[in-house]
Amino acid sequence: MSTDIELSEQVTLAHTQAQPLRIVGGNSKSFLGNATDGDSLDVRTHTGIISYEPSELVITAKAGTPLREIEAALHEHSQWLAFEPPHFGADATLGGTIAAGLSGPARPWSGSARDFVLGVRCINGKGEILKFGGQVMKNVAGYDVSRLMVGAMGTLGVLLDISLKVLPTVEQSLTLQFELAENDLSAWLRQWSSTALPLTAACHHQDTLRLRLSGTPSSLDAAHALLGADARVSDDQFWNDLREHRLSFFESEKPLWRVSLQGGAQPLPLHGDCLYDWGGAQRWLLSDERATVVRAAVEACGGHATLFRQADLDAPVFHPLPTGLRDLQRRVKQAFDPAGILNPRRFSPDW
Amino acid sequence: MKQRLISALKGIIAGDSLLTTTEQMRPYECDGLSAYRELPMAIALPKSIDQVKAILKTCCDLDIPVVARGAGTGLSAGALPLSNGLLLSLARFNQILEVDPVNRTARVQPGVRNLAISEAVACHNLYYAPDPSSQIACSIGGNVAENSGGVHCLKYGLTVHNIQQLTFLTMQGEEITVGGSGLDGPGYDLLAVMTGSEGLLGIIMDITVKLLPKPDVAEVILAGFDDVALAGSAVGLIIGAGIIPAGLEMMDNTAIRAAEAFAHAGYPTDAAAILLCELDGSREDVAAQTARVCELLNTNGATSLQRATDPAQRQRLWAGRKAAFPAVGRLAPDYYCMDGTIPRRHLPQVLSKIDELSKEYGLAVANVFHAGDGNLHPLILYDANKPGELEQTEAFGAQILETCIAVGGTITGEHGVGIEKINQMCSQFRAAELTQFHAVKHAFDPTGLLNPGKAVPTLHRCAELGGMHVHNGELPFPELDRF
Ligand SMILES: Cc1cc2nc3c(=O)[nH]c(=O)nc-3n(C[C@H](O)[C@H](O)[C@H](O)COP(=O)(O)OP(=O)(O)OC[C@H]3O[C@@H](n4cnc5c(N)ncnc54)[C@H](O)[C@@H]3O)c2cc1C
Repeated sequence: MSTDIELSEQVTLAHTQAQPLRIVGGNSKSFLGNATDGDSLDVRTHTGIISYEPSELVITAKAGTPLREIEAALHEHSQWLAFEPPHFGADATLGGTIAAGLSGPARPWSGSARDFVLGVRCINGKGEILKFGGQVMKNVAGYDVSRLMVGAMGTLGVLLDISLKVLPTVEQSLTLQFELAENDLSAWLRQWSSTALPLTAACHHQDTLRLRLSGTPSSLDAAHALLGADARVSDDQFWNDLREHRLSFFESEKPLWRVSLQGGAQPLPLHGDCLYDWGGAQRWLLSDERATVVRAAVEACGGHATLFRQADLDAPVFHPLPTGLRDLQRRVKQAFDPAGILNPRRFSPDW
Repeated sequence: MKQRLISALKGIIAGDSLLTTTEQMRPYECDGLSAYRELPMAIALPKSIDQVKAILKTCCDLDIPVVARGAGTGLSAGALPLSNGLLLSLARFNQILEVDPVNRTARVQPGVRNLAISEAVACHNLYYAPDPSSQIACSIGGNVAENSGGVHCLKYGLTVHNIQQLTFLTMQGEEITVGGSGLDGPGYDLLAVMTGSEGLLGIIMDITVKLLPKPDVAEVILAGFDDVALAGSAVGLIIGAGIIPAGLEMMDNTAIRAAEAFAHAGYPTDAAAILLCELDGSREDVAAQTARVCELLNTNGATSLQRATDPAQRQRLWAGRKAAFPAVGRLAPDYYCMDGTIPRRHLPQVLSKIDELSKEYGLAVANVFHAGDGNLHPLILYDANKPGELEQTEAFGAQILETCIAVGGTITGEHGVGIEKINQMCSQFRAAELTQFHAVKHAFDPTGLLNPGKAVPTLHRCAELGGMHVHNGELPFPELDRF
């Protein structure tokens, strides 16, 4: 029997018995989300690239396919996943990558995981195999359920197959380094905000601003001449380490917060060490402050905060929602998983 | 019921904000797809969000359906009024509330015209990228509701990729904000679900769009081909070479001649097809890419090549493409615009099928495509005054859409389902998926009063199309896939 039918039968059975399921991929992102329990539903057997058309810029693969296998196939044709997904481990699968919906340093300029999803086949909480979207770039038939699945941590459906838009790899990249105080960051951003720069990453930490530029060699030289810089580095090591949380910054026992807010916002009034990624729109904060304090400060700037690595802090992982939105999200969850069996509580403590 | 609705509305809006006579309502009887016409019970043109809330509550209490309308340029009868419903025009919400040049965002009301956003932020050297050909008229609220695209979407994405936050009202008048002030919002990605929801899930009241800095330079290349298939394969070659043009559009001979006569863009009227390729970015990147694209075009069958660098020249070359619909509109009393999207490699096959069908039905077709992303706009020429010709045209169009589905494509790339393609939804999706869509709708709108009957067909309707007998909503042999 094919693996998708097997998986759907397991979900159907669990649905009728109201038996919670814990969806398991490569376990590389098992640290993310609230604790969940249930029988494990292993999707790693559902693996393999189904189709890859380089000239169409589309790849379709089964959810259990290792991310590195996909990246290797794309690399052969000088293409890549332009949202630079973090792996967080050698066994990361495509399904886990999409379910977690994380994107790497290029995200503000190239788009996020959800921006690249063209279609999915999935199993809803009733065990039905459903297909949404497709393999074409533009598709507005029906609600955009494919993108809804991104970042839902498996709580709306078990991903089976995923079609992604892919892009040609960049010709060349270089990193420029500047000395810049944290308080001067927003002024710097203001100065350059209306200039078209070939930016593909921007990070600030401990008085150093790093910019990655990508393009043809001559356009990189031109941008370097325009921006100036204190140092110029040609390898991508820093950005890979940032994406995979291997920088020494991340070696800490403190709770790690992911803060999403406006790039140009001022430093947050919170104790701790802050690393600005995505030109400031994604901040990594190591802080001992209470969860409610962190969240109140972030909310005051219109953002939201995820408790990315807990260090035993007792707080919901994802930012609590205002009542109206929370009720709507609960109804959406029920629309896909009426018995509440898919990764219960992993996404929201309420369901 | 109509009288009850009108007297209740009079307590909320008055004067020219409430239209109730046939004469007043006539201009609103259809959207851009004028084959479908209907008059609503009344039309409300509120000015404040509190008025909209009160109107929705009233309709909720009276159990009256509500159809939202932006600028009415939609091409799938999404904003078609319902005879037993209220038409809610958002046209008076036309203010740009805030421009944030540092974060490159603008907060706008739903009735703001697409082009007005780019005009308002031009002083910051910024613009809003999605540019539907209807951009001088269509509203941003309508763009969100349809997930509209434009000629620059190949590189810069559709509406869904270019908005950050939305506030919408539920049928009960509750205000809900989705997305975030940063690049993502908390919880499920309901911003994605709202985008393209065709007025079925909520009334969009406030939109934060992303802005981009204008590229340093742009160059447009116009290539003529004496074979449509060659033009099609050149598209694959350009993208295969690792170049993502800002726009990559194709027109066939009928469309070229119509556009040239209308806009005098300097198109080669003897060509079987033209490609318009725009490259933008830094001076150095554009120079390198232009050289490469010209080389690819020359070695792969282009019979003519023009290049435009200065804004006036570029605008002239685009003018023909942007005016393609009205230009084709002069070739026949009426035209019917299709919107299927296919994997690009099937372009030659689908084009010859369209050609075949055109002969079979005796109806001419002009083809305009967003070639880079495989989005086809065959324009079927017909005369609505000839008895039976509209029906023939619709049957022809339906077959084109079935062809798109058969090659792995979709029935609509950017114009939406509305009423127009509701039957083809039964071909593209199975009962289980349609049921899931209805469940999503129910989660957002338990009353079912927002734009009912559009976008997602009932199972009953699909079953009837298939000629099946449905009793009490039950399908015979429910275990079988038939949709
Ligand atoms: C000549 C011409 C060229 C076109 N070119 C393109 C093109 O290049 N690309 C493209 O994608 N489209 C194109 N279109 C189609 C059309 O312009 C788009 O679909 C546009 O987004 C519709 O906007 P509107 O304000 O006119 O919406 P309307 O037609 O008024 O409404 C469209 C749908 O949105 C809903 N709606 C409107 N406002 C709201 C709101 N505030 N809240 C909730 N629902 C709402 C309506 O109920 C309806 O279902 C073209 C149309 C014409 C006539």
